[in-house]
Amino acid sequence: MIRLATCSLAGCFGCHMSFLDMDEKFLGFVERVEFDRSPFTDIKSIGKCDIGLVEGGLCNEENLAVLKEFRENCAILVAVGACAINGGIPAMRNHFSMDECLAEAYLDGIGIENPQIPSDPELPVLLQKVCPVHEAVRIDYFLPGCPPPAGAFEVLLEALLKGEKPELPRKLIHYD
Amino acid sequence: MKTVSLDGAVVPFAEGQTVMECALAANISIPHLCFLPGFLPHGSCRLCTVKIDGRLASACTQPAMAGQHVEIDTEELRQVRLSLLRMLFVEGNHYCPACEKSGSCRLQKAAYDEGMLDLHYRPWYPKRKMDASHPDVLIDRDRCIFCELCVKASRDVDGKNIFGISGRGIDTHLVVNSKSGLLADTDISAQDRAVEVCPVGAILVKGRGFEIPIGKRLYD
Repeated sequence: MIRLATCSLAGCFGCHMSFLDMDEKFLGFVERVEFDRSPFTDIKSIGKCDIGLVEGGLCNEENLAVLKEFRENCAILVAVGACAINGGIPAMRNHFSMDECLAEAYLDGIGIENPQIPSDPELPVLLQKVCPVHEAVRIDYFLPGCPPPAGAFEVLLEALLKGEKPELPRKLIHYD
Repeated sequence: MKTVSLDGAVVPFAEGQTVMECALAANISIPHLCFLPGFLPHGSCRLCTVKIDGRLASACTQPAMAGQHVEIDTEELRQVRLSLLRMLFVEGNHYCPACEKSGSCRLQKAAYDEGMLDLHYRPWYPKRKMDASHPDVLIDRDRCIFCELCVKASRDVDGKNIFGISGRGIDTHLVVNSKSGLLADTDISAQDRAVEVCPVGAILVKGRGFEIPIGKRLYD
């Protein structure tokens, strides 16, 4: 049985939704794949896996820790979606300083009551810049799209399960 | 008749034609971005890089000469184009899901055609000033690839001379020819060729939010 882990870092879970959009084909994969850590299983720690799918970029220290854990445990690591590949929509905050972002969200924004910047120790520390996952660890394959179409997940996994290099056809390559 | 060899195909050319023009006339595709028929080429994007008799050259500026052997579709050149496209992407802020030009963007199409799946390089995340001062047209400089098509179109077609490229290297940026430097103080119109000719989402007409549904856009 192939072991597969997935996670969503600074993403919106849209890539995971698109993965599930394979519909009945998903059932075919479930027969050949055992899910390890994933929002699908709600397992919180990762074991040794054959394939790891990473959605989302890096916006805080927890994202970075999870990504490193995935790299250490997954033989093949795949960056899934625009945010993992170029930072995506969350990286649009890179145009502003961290202070500006926090002030807009928690101090000066419209309709804010009791303005304060959250400082609970359980909250992960934000990185100064949102960045793509290939800046922190080696990535084996990339699946572009926002989200990648269900068919792209299918092509990727079919190839990886056969031990082949995935080749995305032109019609499944898009960045939005 | 004088001829050149384009990937082995013997193609005739007229005196004064570039390699790009002679390929286009023969319906042979050479990927390109800053080149547009009707405008003087200047080879800034380098995407049309080909190998002519063993040397790399931009097809849009290189004059066709009798007996040239031009290589276009080789693995080496595919890697060159991929690197150029990746550099163009990391030098700007190209968030396709948030760009109205997505689906009709020539940079995006060129990257699809080359099978670009990742950036490879570290993104720069530049911070260039947006100009939303004009009621009908806006400039998002973070998406500009410095192709200079707007510069030429505004000067040579619209007769308004509104745009220019200023600065060097990482500081290169699109400038507006008005006292304030703002688009609002120019006589640009949404119908200008300079607006229409932008291959990316750097110059956009306002009030047109994602008009064409995904799946029906130019390059979907």
